[in-house]
Amino acid sequence: MRTIRLIVAGWLLGIACAHAAIDPALLGPLASDGNDAKIVAITALVDGAQREALPVLKAMARGSLALAGERVVIVDGERVIDAATNAEIVPAPEVTESIGINNRLRRELASTLAALRLFSSDREIRWEAAQELASGADAEMLPLLEKALASEADPEIKARLQMAYAQGSIGSSDAVVRLSAVRLLGESGDPNVLQLLGPLTEKRGDSWAEPDSAVRAAAGTSIRAIEKRLAFAENVGRAFTGVSLASILLLAALGLAITYGVMGVINMAHGELLMVGAYSAWAMQSVFQAYFPNLLDWYLLAAIPVGFCAAALVGVLMERVVIRHLYGRPLETLLATWGISLFLIQVARTVFGAQNVEVANPVWMAGGIEVLPNLLLPWNRIIIIGFSVAVLAAMWSILNLSRMGMFVRAVTQNRPMAGCVGVPTGRIDTMAFALGAGIAGLGGVALSQIANVGPDMGQGYIVDSFMVVVLGGVGQLAGAVWAALGLGVMTKFLEGWTGAVVAKIVVLVIIIIFIQKRPQGLFALKGRFVES
Amino acid sequence: MTSSPARTPFIVRLGRSLDARSWLLIGLFAAFALVAVPVMHLLLPPGNPLHLSTYFITLTGKILCYAIVAVAMDLIWGYGGILSLGHGLFFALGGYTFGMYLMREIGRDGSYQSDLPDFMVFLDWKELPWFWTGSDHFLWAVLLVLIVPALIAFVFGYFAFRSRIKGVYFSIITQALTYAAMLLFFRNETGFGGNNGFTDFKRILGYSITAPETRVVLFALSALALIGTLVLARFLVTSKFGRILTAIRDAESRVMFIGYNPLWYKLFVWTLSAMLCAIAGALYVPQVGIINPSEMAVANSIEIAIWVAVGGRGTLIGAVIGAFIVNLAKSWFTVSFPEYWLFFLGTLFIVSTLWLPQGVVGLYRRLRAGRSNRQESANDAEKGAGKARENCGAPASAPLAAAKGASA
Repeated sequence: MRTIRLIVAGWLLGIACAHAAIDPALLGPLASDGNDAKIVAITALVDGAQREALPVLKAMARGSLALAGERVVIVDGERVIDAATNAEIVPAPEVTESIGINNRLRRELASTLAALRLFSSDREIRWEAAQELASGADAEMLPLLEKALASEADPEIKARLQMAYAQGSIGSSDAVVRLSAVRLLGESGDPNVLQLLGPLTEKRGDSWAEPDSAVRAAAGTSIRAIEKRLAFAENVGRAFTGVSLASILLLAALGLAITYGVMGVINMAHGELLMVGAYSAWAMQSVFQAYFPNLLDWYLLAAIPVGFCAAALVGVLMERVVIRHLYGRPLETLLATWGISLFLIQVARTVFGAQNVEVANPVWMAGGIEVLPNLLLPWNRIIIIGFSVAVLAAMWSILNLSRMGMFVRAVTQNRPMAGCVGVPTGRIDTMAFALGAGIAGLGGVALSQIANVGPDMGQGYIVDSFMVVVLGGVGQLAGAVWAALGLGVMTKFLEGWTGAVVAKIVVLVIIIIFIQKRPQGLFALKGRFVES
Repeated sequence: MTSSPARTPFIVRLGRSLDARSWLLIGLFAAFALVAVPVMHLLLPPGNPLHLSTYFITLTGKILCYAIVAVAMDLIWGYGGILSLGHGLFFALGGYTFGMYLMREIGRDGSYQSDLPDFMVFLDWKELPWFWTGSDHFLWAVLLVLIVPALIAFVFGYFAFRSRIKGVYFSIITQALTYAAMLLFFRNETGFGGNNGFTDFKRILGYSITAPETRVVLFALSALALIGTLVLARFLVTSKFGRILTAIRDAESRVMFIGYNPLWYKLFVWTLSAMLCAIAGALYVPQVGIINPSEMAVANSIEIAIWVAVGGRGTLIGAVIGAFIVNLAKSWFTVSFPEYWLFFLGTLFIVSTLWLPQGVVGLYRRLRAGRSNRQESANDAEKGAGKARENCGAPASAPLAAAKGASA
């Protein structure tokens, strides 16, 4: 009975918007004395006002239907809602009498509600009802389900209903009914069904919980089939979170792929550039809150260019003031940029406070797509994967199609020669560094949507993103992409088996071993780059 | 190193590796640490202006341990050209292995009055894990301090140097190694106390660990260890081994073409450096009273590099000076202006790499060279400046001058 109430409650949310008025003459009798009279009133109401009757009946089942004078109202906490129009009455009238129900009425209401939906002419409503029943139906629903099965024409809905029927009939005393129910349930992909089938294969004391051996065997087969299906969904889920992690690693590492991979500059402050991007997202959120509150959901779009520019600006400063004096001295660069990173962390602490700031997901990034019963792909992850692909495409085109990209590649391959033919190498360095930093800023904007935004956030990514670049090999974007994908998916699958910390350690050890075999990374540039 | 027909005895070579003034300075330092400090701490009453407080002993003792790490770092970075970002790992490993002994010495005086260390009781473990076997013996603990980090360093270094990983790659991989180890030690299941690590030590060899006498002994041991490290390092870098090491740093390929295998030279100095770190860690833990995985944090290992950079790479005394400067500044800042410490440290990283490639020692030498230039004739001045420039550019000649720097 509780399940049904839950079902209806969920469904109610959807229907509430499309509510038309009910004739008050139909509502009045609900308040009449005596259960029989009430049942007659319910039937009349259902006949008279199909969909609109639902919230009223639901409220009645909940015991929150009441009378305010002559009017039938729904009491919802402090609010009082007119049952006829489903609109809140302001000011709230005095409630004179509540409409009580007993168990008999409750049962009646539940089956009426279910029937209302299962026999609705609207396919969507039937589908939803069947879907919900399939994830939890009990024996009381069987007669109703039988009727619905007989009349249902849509094969998809029919399959769902059969599932629901099987769940309801698994407790039947007839072994044949149980057997068919168990077999049918084997086609489910719902983890809840396992709990239903599980007890059938267990021993209770000396005897089996399930007396019939054929049913027991069938239950075993069904359980295995479901587990296989669940494992598949789980693996798909892991692959997805792996790709999602990879997209984040990629965003963090793409900037490094330019500054380290292409320019050969070790930038330990890269994580702090991510932080700059994330704080820009927060700043844009605050700006929108203050000045354009009705556009708040779109602050993220504004944060993208702002994050890029802010990080690029910091990058230019870093390059101009410190890094350009250290070209060709990687170890010193490493230490100096580490100093810069400490500096930036403290700046963030002084300006924004040591606590994490809150960056909210816009509404359009909330929720997700349910692909399988136990597999939900959240929108924010999907959007970030798409975003990182877009950033990758943009960066590839800048490097390969634009004039500046050509210069960057020229300087990378042969600096003196590029200078000889008139490439302003100094300026190209600055611009390339700004590009790398800006991309880190974009990564930061994306990170702000799924991770904590605080002064120390960058530190957590520095090791990972360096691993991506080292594994991918210096000087190429493709290396970074494959390394990020490989690391992301591998980490997530290992996490499933060993837990997060051990997975991380194993991944690091694997990288260290891998580097032994291929010190130049996955995609080493051939020739040309003779080691010093 | 081939044996020559008339080989000078080791002790003589060791003695000759430092000049008389350096030996004198070392003697003075030893007298201060082994005689003056105990007297001033134990015998003089707290009101006396010459009395040394417990705070002084603990802080200086701690920095002495750091200085050992800095010299170890200088050996591989300044002379071997290998920048390790993983020395925090060896330091912490030394601390942990000795900490195991200290934990066992607590005995039944822990809050749970159990034979097992408190954190194991807390985790509901019934017996010691296998790697704790024998940890209640002092000598075994000392042996472990020397062996475990050395073994890890050897295995890791063998594979890394064999595939000729060097420069920044090596730095990043050591960083990853340390990071992985930190994650491992943060886990309760690893058996080293999780994020709390080891603390609440009570005794060492039966003596109370907080007693002033114990503190003074630990302080003296740290000082002795530092002296030993300095002399050993000095001996190494002035020996033929040291010459080859610096040659490898400056042009590895050429050294290989001459016929040396750089692997064993690098591996030896790398493993030695890790062992020195572990000794420092083992001396550090009883003085500070706690060891936890945050010692392995990425930031800590990089900080070690900055001690060396500030003091002067390739000058052993510089590493010691750098460790003292940075750590004294740290304890002053974190007490007086905690919010400016990172600004200071960050600036230190930038300034020392941009403008002080040879650190404080290099600066001192440059100043002195400048002063003597003005006094001497133009001809000599040119020669002196050339020498100074040579010192900055090629630290190969630095160790010789380092001892002279010690007189600073």
